[in-house]
Amino acid sequence: MAILVLAEHDNDSLKPSTLHTVTAAKKIEEKIGEAEVHVLVMGEKVEAVAKASAHIDGVSKVFLADAPHLAAQTAEALALQTGQHLNASNYSHILAPATTFGKNLAPRIAAQLDVPQVSGISMILDAHTFVRPIYAGNALATVQCEARGVVVLTVLSTSFDAAGTTDTSAAIEPVNKVVPDTSGVRLVGRQLSSSEKIELTSARVVVSGGRGLQKAENFKLLEDLAAKLHAAVGASRAAVDAGYVPNDYQVGQTGKIVAPDLYIAVGISGAIQHLAGMRDSKVIVAINKDPDAPIFQIADYGLVGDALAILPQLTEQL
Amino acid sequence: MKILVPIKRVVDYTVKVRVKPDGSGVDLNNVKMSMNPFDEIGVEEAIRLKERGIASEVVVVSLGSGACQETIRTALAMGADRGVLVETDLELQPLGIARLLKALVLKEQPQLVILGKQAIDDDSNQTGQMLAGLLNWPQGTFASKLEIADGRATVTREVDGGLETLELPLPAVITTDLRLNEPRYTTLPNIMKAKRRPLDVLQVADLPAEAVPSIKTLKVQPPQPRKPGIRVSSVEELVRKLREEAKVI
Ligand SMILES: Cc1cc2nc3c(=O)[nH]c(=O)nc-3n(C[C@H](O)[C@H](O)[C@H](O)COP(=O)(O)OP(=O)(O)OC[C@H]3O[C@@H](n4cnc5c(N)ncnc54)[C@H](O)[C@@H]3O)c2cc1C
Repeated sequence: MAILVLAEHDNDSLKPSTLHTVTAAKKIEEKIGEAEVHVLVMGEKVEAVAKASAHIDGVSKVFLADAPHLAAQTAEALALQTGQHLNASNYSHILAPATTFGKNLAPRIAAQLDVPQVSGISMILDAHTFVRPIYAGNALATVQCEARGVVVLTVLSTSFDAAGTTDTSAAIEPVNKVVPDTSGVRLVGRQLSSSEKIELTSARVVVSGGRGLQKAENFKLLEDLAAKLHAAVGASRAAVDAGYVPNDYQVGQTGKIVAPDLYIAVGISGAIQHLAGMRDSKVIVAINKDPDAPIFQIADYGLVGDALAILPQLTEQL
Repeated sequence: MKILVPIKRVVDYTVKVRVKPDGSGVDLNNVKMSMNPFDEIGVEEAIRLKERGIASEVVVVSLGSGACQETIRTALAMGADRGVLVETDLELQPLGIARLLKALVLKEQPQLVILGKQAIDDDSNQTGQMLAGLLNWPQGTFASKLEIADGRATVTREVDGGLETLELPLPAVITTDLRLNEPRYTTLPNIMKAKRRPLDVLQVADLPAEAVPSIKTLKVQPPQPRKPGIRVSSVEELVRKLREEAKVI
């Protein structure tokens, strides 16, 4: 038996979310014993990604599906290809990161196998029993899958450490067949944030701004602070909706989930949907002019005042 | 072109739910229920496509108890043409719902199914993708923009790195993200009109699909509370605390 991890990558490099997912796979492996962790890399010209996957600690084999029609990584093409690979091998579990990549792909695979999926697991109790947050993290459900069939999971990166890398490389094998995609889906284009930006979900420090910053230009104050702290910049939904920052900054129930060592929330009221994305941060700082803002209830350090005055002072004193 | 919009009745997004002391679930007694916000966005998008002359009929479907009729009436008051309730007291899970929806799709023959990307109660984010997988239809998930022309849907998707635009041949499944549109409010005259729109009630047994839940919830617990924090009175104090006490900078 083996456990399959679907690698997230951009055809050039492996995303850190894959490393966190491998750790979850290894936890399952420990529970069942005598299992191997395999990684499936699907894309075009993805040799470097396959090599990086083969150097992840705990991975015993990497399968590679490399073809032009996989370049866009559409759910349709990847689900078909994964299905083909599953036919050829014997897997007990399929894991993907709970990122937009995994969320888009994994349920399609599960449906094609006619098995359920457990989304966004935060803990592994045994090979079929998992904990996952529900209701925007206001409750934690312990759920159990039936023992029959493959178990399909998506994994919260914040709940599992990144797997390390090794000098020795696992074997890399091409998949036994590359299946064509007949869905007719075409990638028109992508508008991606600069890759130099510090990635929100893996940053040690995150500074987030909300509607309280009042306009897009004021995010500059937050960026100055972030630069000083080597922090990633995040935002509330209200700040994204107002057009202060792009959608990929959104932290929360329906955006990104982060758990940095330090999270600084500036001009954010603390709606449950926002807390869902940052409540597991180690240290939370809230800066808000309203002393009764709910964000203060989960902040370790609260500072009441005008963010526009406080931000430059804070940046200067660090 | 017919559009099918599945909608779910969920705890209102403003409610902070409480876990029951016996760990069997969350307390839903006397809690305000509403249409899942993402589904509301789906209903709005379908109605706008009809207003633009692209869609001819908007059918909303909800699966669950009789109380879902209220949710369906809300969608009808927004402007949907017709409602279907698949009535059941079974606990429904995404795979079961996707199977039932597939049966309905085969019956209703829509060209487009628009679902919310996730329900804000169980936060699964699965049903749309599963339905697409079962039907073997293309999927445009987490949509923040949708255009339909010449038998194709052009979908801008919110992804972790930014935005991605895909072109899908119809029929297709779309799931909505928050910025696709701002749903309209219902007005009293429209609520009155909605009362006369057709709402068919089916039983699960009427559909050729299995919806028995296959994932068991063993228990539900509240999250670990955070230890209480403190107020600092100045930027200086904040910096000192972060350096000397929290040691995070
Ligand atoms: C289905 C659904 C999903 C959602 N998902 C998310 C999500 O993923 N992430 C998310 O963040 N939200 C989400 N929301 C929205 C959420 O409910 C809140 O509306 C949102 O988080 C509010 O953002 P905010 O705190 O920036 O704005 P507001 O609630 O308007 O708060 C602004 C704050 O700024 C303070 N302020 C104003 N001026 C200043 C100043 N000069 N200095 C300091 N403080 C100031 C105010 O006191 C206030 O507390 C979702 C909502 C729904 C319905």
